[in-house]
Amino acid sequence: MTGFDLPGLLAFWGKRYDDILQLIGQHLLVVAVALLLATVIGVGIGLLVWNSPVGRSLAVTSAAVILTIPSLALLAAMIPLFGLGWVPTLIGLTLYSLLPIIRNTVVGLREVSPAIMEAATGMGLSRGAVLLRIQLPMAWPVIVTGVRVAAQLTIGIAAIGAYVGGPGLGQMIFQGLSSLGSKNALNYALTGTLGVIVLALIVDGLFTLITKTTTSKGLRA
Amino acid sequence: MTDSTADTGASRVLGGRPTEATIRTTTTITTVKNTSGAHIELKNVNKVYGEQTVPAVEDFSMDVEPGELIMFVGPSGCGKTTTMKMINRIIEPTSGSITVDGRDVLSLNPNELRRHIGYVIQQIGLFPHMTIAENISVVPKLLGWSKEKTRNRVDELLSVVQLDPKTFAGRYPKQLSGGQQQRVGVARALAADPPVMLMDEPFGATDPITREKLQVEFLRLQESIGKTIIFVTHDFDEAVRLGDRIAVLSDRSKIEQFDTPANILRAPANDYVASFIGHGAALKRLALIPLYDALLGRASDARGTASLPETDSLRDALDLLVLTGLPAIGVTDASGKVVASVTVDQISAELGDDVGGAAAGALS
Repeated sequence: MTGFDLPGLLAFWGKRYDDILQLIGQHLLVVAVALLLATVIGVGIGLLVWNSPVGRSLAVTSAAVILTIPSLALLAAMIPLFGLGWVPTLIGLTLYSLLPIIRNTVVGLREVSPAIMEAATGMGLSRGAVLLRIQLPMAWPVIVTGVRVAAQLTIGIAAIGAYVGGPGLGQMIFQGLSSLGSKNALNYALTGTLGVIVLALIVDGLFTLITKTTTSKGLRA
Repeated sequence: MTDSTADTGASRVLGGRPTEATIRTTTTITTVKNTSGAHIELKNVNKVYGEQTVPAVEDFSMDVEPGELIMFVGPSGCGKTTTMKMINRIIEPTSGSITVDGRDVLSLNPNELRRHIGYVIQQIGLFPHMTIAENISVVPKLLGWSKEKTRNRVDELLSVVQLDPKTFAGRYPKQLSGGQQQRVGVARALAADPPVMLMDEPFGATDPITREKLQVEFLRLQESIGKTIIFVTHDFDEAVRLGDRIAVLSDRSKIEQFDTPANILRAPANDYVASFIGHGAALKRLALIPLYDALLGRASDARGTASLPETDSLRDALDLLVLTGLPAIGVTDASGKVVASVTVDQISAELGDDVGGAAAGALS
């Protein structure tokens, strides 16, 4: 393996920027779709279980168990079921995203004060209306924070998706690792890794913006 | 009850001379009757929680006339709030019947029922993610009002509770002071013009100055809207100040006495009620009697320049007498002209007169 060579890395970027950008785009896309799925599923589960002690701990514990499975193992286990490519990566990332989203949904919904719940009920709002029109909007900033944590988690894990033929910057990392000793091995690995880090920072900044624009002014500090 | 007071007032005012004050009072009573709320009847209502053997509310019966402001007073844990919350079924009664304008509330859909009963709680419970206008619009929206009708109603209600619609409609609850939030709470409860209002210590969390201001505003508001109101408080003075009738409650929501503030102050039914009134019952009664309802002296008897308007209470008059040390002070009419005088003896006589026919006869 050759040592670190900055001009070499820059030249590599100059020659491969098309590929790099495409992989960044894929990486973002697979994370975004997984987060979207996980938000729909996780918030849905949260809405169903928030008020049931048994359902609550069942949902949170199951999601926590999923998160303890090493990502490589989980992805590999899905090959017989879904083959290679986008699908196992997408499913894996969605599963990993569930814990922060379910937990924050439950916490956010439960945080609404009894006085507000009583006022809402006393005005003639049905249970469903209280949940969707009062609790959910009030819990929203907490839920978005959960999605944000899930985003950080999945941007990293998505790189492992390349192991099952998934899209994204992981492909560069794996290519680098599999061609150790060759001229561009380090450049591949380094580019993939740096890309993941930069992507994580950009997405985090994006979430600050999302939180701000989707939260009612009345809830902002 | 209100009628008889008005009649006495009219015939007794400064020897029968009709004054503006009387006319105003009479008109007020007429408006209350015109816009009055619903008739509420609770019959043998019981509430037993879970496996408990002692009921929280036992055999509670009460008849509330349309447009009456009824105060439930009692120590915390006596069941007064539980009793009130059974009317809009926030708490379901174990047995008994509750009717609003003859309709059995237990047979109605609870959400439908609650849209027609205003509800104000001590913690207010404004929705923080909605603007003031949106908070007030919740029930009108549920009832399918048009956007324009809802918007007009919001503006109207904000003006009623003395908040400028232009300034406040678009604000969020956290941008308002406690007193302002409480006013919005009242406006929100009034949104769909419900005939019945339930109020659970609505002014309990505000500071004394704000509280008194809210009470005065609330009384003025009730004069014009005439809802049937059940108002829960542990503050007996608040009950005296606001209530048409007061129900003094003890454990298990037992009614120890249910009467007008004046009657309860004059003749507490038992030691429990007397202990609730506390000291200074006579002074509290004086605060309920306006000068125009009292038998006063001639204007020429007034000494010095001290005077006060006839709409003030006997308690105010006594205060001024003590302060000035004068034997008699002037009473002015609406134009500011001294039309009568009042002395400590005359004030005492009013209390004595109230004790009963015999005492009154002896005095005159």
